[in-house]
Amino acid sequence: MSTPTTHATAGIRETTEGTVYDVTGGDWDEIAAAAARSDDERIIVNMGPQHPSTHGVLRLILEIDGETVTEARCGIGYLHTGIEKNLEYRTWTQGTTFVTRMDYLTPFFNETAYCMAVEKLLGIEGDIPDRANVIRVLLMELNRISSHLVAIATGGMELGATTVMIFGFRDRELVLDLYELITGLRMNHAYIRPGGLSQDLPPGTVDALREFLKKMKKNLPEYDALCTGNPVFKARLKDIGHLDLAGCMALGATGPILRSAGLPHDLRKSDPYCGYENYDFEVPTVDTCDSYGRFLLRLEEMRQSLRIIEQCIDRLEPGPVMVGDKKIAWPAQLALGPDGLGNSLDHIKNIMGTSMEALIHHFKLVTEGFRVPPGQTYAAVESPKGELGVHAVSDGGTRPYRVHFRDPSFTNLEAMAAMCEGGQVADVIVAVASIDPVMGGVDR
Amino acid sequence: MTEGNGNGNGAVPAPRQDPGEVIGVRRGMFGADKGGDTSGYGGLVRTVRLPGASRRPYGGYFDEVADELEGALEEQGLVPGEVIEKTVVDRNEVTFHVAREHLLQVTRTLRDDPALRFELCTGVSGVHFPGDKGRELHAVYHLRSITHNRVIRLEVSAPDSDPHVPSVVEVYPTNDWHERETYDFFGLIFDGHPALTRIMMPDDWQGFPQRKDYPLGGIPVEYKGAQIPAPDQRRSYS
Amino acid sequence: MGIEEKLPSGFLLTTVEQAAGWVRKSSMFPATFGLACCAIEMMTTGAGRYDLARFGMEVFRGSPRQADLMIVAGRVSQKMAPVLRQVYDQMPNPKWVISMGVCASSGGMFNNYAIVQGVDHIVPVDIYLPGCPPRPEMLLDAILKLHQHVQGEKIGVNREKAAREAEEAARKALPTIEMKGLLR
Repeated sequence: MSTPTTHATAGIRETTEGTVYDVTGGDWDEIAAAAARSDDERIIVNMGPQHPSTHGVLRLILEIDGETVTEARCGIGYLHTGIEKNLEYRTWTQGTTFVTRMDYLTPFFNETAYCMAVEKLLGIEGDIPDRANVIRVLLMELNRISSHLVAIATGGMELGATTVMIFGFRDRELVLDLYELITGLRMNHAYIRPGGLSQDLPPGTVDALREFLKKMKKNLPEYDALCTGNPVFKARLKDIGHLDLAGCMALGATGPILRSAGLPHDLRKSDPYCGYENYDFEVPTVDTCDSYGRFLLRLEEMRQSLRIIEQCIDRLEPGPVMVGDKKIAWPAQLALGPDGLGNSLDHIKNIMGTSMEALIHHFKLVTEGFRVPPGQTYAAVESPKGELGVHAVSDGGTRPYRVHFRDPSFTNLEAMAAMCEGGQVADVIVAVASIDPVMGGVDR
Repeated sequence: MTEGNGNGNGAVPAPRQDPGEVIGVRRGMFGADKGGDTSGYGGLVRTVRLPGASRRPYGGYFDEVADELEGALEEQGLVPGEVIEKTVVDRNEVTFHVAREHLLQVTRTLRDDPALRFELCTGVSGVHFPGDKGRELHAVYHLRSITHNRVIRLEVSAPDSDPHVPSVVEVYPTNDWHERETYDFFGLIFDGHPALTRIMMPDDWQGFPQRKDYPLGGIPVEYKGAQIPAPDQRRSYS
Repeated sequence: MGIEEKLPSGFLLTTVEQAAGWVRKSSMFPATFGLACCAIEMMTTGAGRYDLARFGMEVFRGSPRQADLMIVAGRVSQKMAPVLRQVYDQMPNPKWVISMGVCASSGGMFNNYAIVQGVDHIVPVDIYLPGCPPRPEMLLDAILKLHQHVQGEKIGVNREKAAREAEEAARKALPTIEMKGLLR
């Protein structure tokens, strides 16, 4: 690509087969002397990509001097899935199926951000029914709880605190039961669609939500009792993974990392979407800049999420969950059939029995999809990890021209080196756990 | 690298047309281009146009940002009309199309000027428009100001024959990995980047997989004798 | 250990086979090979509600050298493929592989440049587990099916015989492409 540069210890020869590089050019005595001078304790340790405590397929390359990390670098891309390219070969609605699998711990945030971008391109962001917006907020806050629970659980497991992991997954199961009730799936839902939702809440959801709130309010203080005052836990987390506000801003870190440096930046407050301006909640901050502060923030954010969920239940009014424009809206009046699949018998009766035009329209909408006017847009939501942005470009076709996800895990992981260098090897694990990177989001 | 791809003006970005920017032409309806289209839609021709330049007032805070930026650029001895090729306001968002040689100065101004103060760069997203001759590769930056609660977009383009864009890592260190990612997927070379290497794909990967001319790479799937073509080889609605 | 491989065919060998199979299936050590979404479900399977410890498998080994089961949980990218093969090679014999989820089994919905279209291109797979991601119950079912398979596994000359018979049967089988009729 660029012109080859000569290194002090390397030579270049042009041959008929191409350029040949060799190491004959240097002064070997000098190199040997430099190697002899270096500390014997200095070694390069390669952690991952398959390592039990690196949060998935993250590869850390650490240069350590004794127990001190002198340099830390990340190797990523081991889970690169090409989702952004795959989206370009599917319709706009089918896109939700792909984006939900990016950061697999925050599926509803991915779906909402993507759908908000598509709705902006269509110019229908003001037409989304209230009920759909309330349910989106409800699901996103449930998702915030389940994501933070996994962050705390896997963080605990990486410290060797298996009880924390068992607790976290126990409570996450409660959230997953709700997902399963509402969307039919435990993960990878594709429930939020451009224009609204794929279907309405099933009967009994509100009761299940209240039951969940009751259980969660009992379970959340257990984390306080188990971890917050625990001297071992505090000794491992306090002052580890330090990143101050200047560092956060320079490295573009958002979410709990930024708020642990004392800046109350939260898109739900500063740039409200889906009606977040109507909810009463607080954005917690601490000014410790460390892993312990991030742990406390995550606990507090879960409490705030419970508050928002309570308000969502009160705001649930009957109504449609899909925009009225039939050129965009998929039929969303689904009912659960005996086979366990959602189906709309009235809709089928209409398109198969009475109206040929409705059948053609349904066929076109499902196979061809709707057209989106050309242009580009950026939509961002506050995911549990930070600012999740979607840059969507349309060329007026039925399929996305380009969709790029600015995933918070990807950007926050850049701060790993700043947090770990100069610390101990064992603290690298704590620092990475406090960033809470999910490799599905990092690599996409 | 890509010499002889037919764009006559070589390394210089082509001048813009107004209104709107034609990035391609769409023919037919069902993607059948080998004469098999009996639907009657085969002769359909549609021009694909991106939104064109807007005139003042832009509305909202966009005017204020544009005024401050132009003022700050003038103070630095630049002609705003040469730096900002055009300003597009579309869907309640503002896009400043910046000439690539001035990108670094513009981002520095946007970050440091107290009236602008865009502290947070949310990375760079590459877009490949093979039909936009002379300006095939676009780099799109979204800047967020936490102080003033604003979002703007910068767009820079480079021809395929000279895919160079200045790196903004020294202004926004967060763009380190984002620029590596865009290089990895689109082959945009960010001049001045501290270590521009592949980040997602293996180091020895050939080609830039998210360009439009790179195939999706799907392999046909076979079910009991029936072939299902890969997604990029199927017929589709154009 | 190696001695059992040299036993003559007969009553002794079948008894050893049964004992070894029982011992092997009762205490399997899975290697953590979590890649993507399925890894979370795999961890859920190990946690409280589903409790993999009921089947003597709660000890997930970080080191492949101590493991005899690899659960490939998630999509395998072209960049990860060599790493996966290396981890598999580091595992001591006998070893088994569960391909968890459609992405590991066939590439799934990601039929593109980045994903290996099925982990069986890289390592031999014993159980294919569909689902995106499979529920923990499905993973438990796959593990129990694998236990049955391990229990009945042959040793020494019997294994060679079984392998020959399996190959013979595979040769006689109608290729999928020539099968006619309904997809069953």
